[in-house]
Amino acid sequence: MTTSIKHQGGFIVSAGIAGVILSPVLFILISGISAEPDIWLHLKQYVLPGLLKNTAFLVTGVICTTACLGVSLAWLTSFYEFSGRRYFEKLLLFPLAIPAYVMAFIYTGLLDFSGPVRTFLRAHTPELGAFFPEIRSGWGAVLVISLAIFPYVYLMASSGFRSMSRSMVEASQSLGGGRLFTLLRVTLPMARPWIFGGLILVFMETLADFGAVSVFNYDTFTTGVYKAWYGFFSVNAASQLASILVIIVLLIFATESYFRKKQQFYNRGSQQQIQRQTLNGMPHILASAFCTGVFLISFAIPVGQLLVWAIEAFEVEFSTHYGKLVTNTLFLGLMGTAVTISVAVILAYSGRLMKDMKTGAVAKLALSGYALPGTVLAVGIVNVVAGVDKNLLGALNVLGIPISGNILQSSLVLLPLCYMIRFLTAGYNPVFSNMTRITPSIDEAANLMKISGIKLFSKIHLPLIRRGITTGSILVLVEIIKEMPVTLMLRPFGWDTLAVKVFELTSEGEWERAALPAITLVLAGMIPVMLLSFIGRNKERNKK
Amino acid sequence: MCLNVDGIHKKHNRELIVAKDISFTIKKGELGALIGPSGCGKTTLLRMIAGFETPDQGTISINGQQVFGPGKNIAAENRGTGMVFQDYALFPHLSVIENIGFGPAKRKKKDLDKLISLTGLTGSENKYPHELSGGQQQRVALARALAPKPALLLMDEPFSNLDISLRERLSEEVRYILREFGTTGLLVTHNQHEAFAMADKTGVMKDGILIQWDSGDNLYYHPATKEVAGFVGEGSFILGDISPSGEIVTPMGSFESKSPGLNTHPDPVTLFIRPEDIFVDHKSDTKALLVKSHFRGPGRLHTFELPSGEQFICTDTCPSPLELDKWYGISICNRRVSLFNNNQTH
Repeated sequence: MTTSIKHQGGFIVSAGIAGVILSPVLFILISGISAEPDIWLHLKQYVLPGLLKNTAFLVTGVICTTACLGVSLAWLTSFYEFSGRRYFEKLLLFPLAIPAYVMAFIYTGLLDFSGPVRTFLRAHTPELGAFFPEIRSGWGAVLVISLAIFPYVYLMASSGFRSMSRSMVEASQSLGGGRLFTLLRVTLPMARPWIFGGLILVFMETLADFGAVSVFNYDTFTTGVYKAWYGFFSVNAASQLASILVIIVLLIFATESYFRKKQQFYNRGSQQQIQRQTLNGMPHILASAFCTGVFLISFAIPVGQLLVWAIEAFEVEFSTHYGKLVTNTLFLGLMGTAVTISVAVILAYSGRLMKDMKTGAVAKLALSGYALPGTVLAVGIVNVVAGVDKNLLGALNVLGIPISGNILQSSLVLLPLCYMIRFLTAGYNPVFSNMTRITPSIDEAANLMKISGIKLFSKIHLPLIRRGITTGSILVLVEIIKEMPVTLMLRPFGWDTLAVKVFELTSEGEWERAALPAITLVLAGMIPVMLLSFIGRNKERNKK
Repeated sequence: MCLNVDGIHKKHNRELIVAKDISFTIKKGELGALIGPSGCGKTTLLRMIAGFETPDQGTISINGQQVFGPGKNIAAENRGTGMVFQDYALFPHLSVIENIGFGPAKRKKKDLDKLISLTGLTGSENKYPHELSGGQQQRVALARALAPKPALLLMDEPFSNLDISLRERLSEEVRYILREFGTTGLLVTHNQHEAFAMADKTGVMKDGILIQWDSGDNLYYHPATKEVAGFVGEGSFILGDISPSGEIVTPMGSFESKSPGLNTHPDPVTLFIRPEDIFVDHKSDTKALLVKSHFRGPGRLHTFELPSGEQFICTDTCPSPLELDKWYGISICNRRVSLFNNNQTH
């Protein structure tokens, strides 16, 4: 009897969390359906076609570029041995530390008409200088965003290639398949669920990108939502644009879980890995050169440029103002992390208490927030607040309970909530993977020793998931620190964070001044990258 | 000769010897097996024949054509060998029929249909590997390996992932199918019953050395070395001396040996006796104490101790039950006793 109540509780809590997380999506869809016809008509005639075209170009371009880069790099480092291979394996993850909007302004600064590269070219080879493509274009956006996020595809494709058993390739050989035949018919198709999984992440990130396209003045859905919000001061127009984006995101989200399921069939664990083939001569040089080139362009050169700018502007920028930015960022970050991790622990715990399909499905829904672009989330949460304000609080006031909607609209409540919705997955995954190690027999053993209830949680469960909580907190904190559009749209007046400051300075073309806050963000971003490569190394060592 | 392996030698990382001067042949249409403890090099030998690993020395010929030799190393895909892998290695992204028809060469529909029906896969053609049971996956792996009509079929522990009853049934089926196709095969297994049931010739390997390549009967009753004797089946080693008159004197009594090699080793020797060749014989003067007795279904396995302290096992089915801690007379069927020189190196 008691257990069934406890279990129902698990489901109800999970469902409640999922409800809160999905509410912005629901409210956006509702306002999209109940659109005012004239706004809708205006959008359809003048705004939508351009946005659709630009967004489609951007997404297609980034997917193709990251697929080529990510898969080829993963293929080289997984199947071949060449000098530096061991280091490139980790180094190629480093670009993940640079937010796309930082990458965007660095390359704009470098390749702009007045930038060092083109000034140099004009002075020495005027013919080439004249034909240099404009960086502030769709192509520029594709290139820069690809450089920032290709490691997703690289990482996923690598784990796809490495989960493949040696015997698969040998089976193809024993059936008469040569090297190229085996690559095209076995190796690549078998890594497909991982590659597609990585590309879907890329799709979501590109669709959600706001900062990079803003730097390039390239209008996509996200900037459209932002401009409708700030330019026309129209929540309705913003919501309608956002609702289209939400529908696209929902569709992608469904495909992602399909590919994740497929990975399970393909990966049969603990088998002989494919041995790396040592490259010699020309192929060896080409492989090393390719990896070096990608690393230089995607990490070393941008970070070098940032450092140069930051040093130039250091004395001016490293003022009390910088201190205020850091404390603002940390304050919002820590608040958001506390909320996110608490919800993550509650969700993981409910899932542990009740292991059925219903609760599992609800938990999955609760984790879907990461797919929501920041601008959409901001618009959605404002819609929710407005709705709650109008209906619920109105009713409460009628009942004589005076609660003002200002409490809910206060950004210091909304921002942590938004961070939680967007980054719950990052906090939940490490906590959950620790939680799965607490088997039911641990509880039973504790019960035999007369430990139960709160004591069971604090004495046994908490110590066992502490590592997960620490890792989750770090990941969430860094994500929040790097987050820009939601903070930009919902922050309290005067509450500039590092990310917001970078955005403001870069929209004024102040590259040097943006460098110091930007490099702070890159440093923070290195923490999860280090964790990622460290965990990877540990796993490999454990196998041996 | 379908498979001819001659003087194959290989070291791993220039240190560990995984194959030492290995030579053997398999006739066309016959099935060979390699058995031995894990790490003895049997799988590496199979992989060298398939072309997945390169020997340091020696030659390998398949169907009269040299595939490996001095200055020659034909790639695995051109050796005309089929392979059944321990983990089956079915392509998860392809259906059963696509798996069986996999390869750059086009397979005839008629041949594929025959394979499908022969391996009992009719009706599962369009399923995917993860939808099949372990036994069915095994059949797909076999059908796929046979589809290109290989001159030689290599099988690496093909039944080790199956439960015992299925394993026995499938190994019989596989034997039947191979005969049906007239396929020459080589099987690697750690299960000697499987090897004896399926193979015409079986090789026992240890530490990279092929100790004996022979029929199952000969391996069992005429083991070449103590290692083979100890590895194949069960039995007891008893120390003995050879007297000037040619008699073997042991704690189990003295008797004449019919072993032809006897006279060349007038040294201390070791006798190896199978448990079914020792009988409880009340008339015998040799007495032994019954110290253990295990029930084994068809009979019991008795462990006796001699006054000298040596122990031996015996599966004699006496009409009346034996009692522990009692002395019994025993005698030996000396026709099948194996004799080893103690100085033997392996």
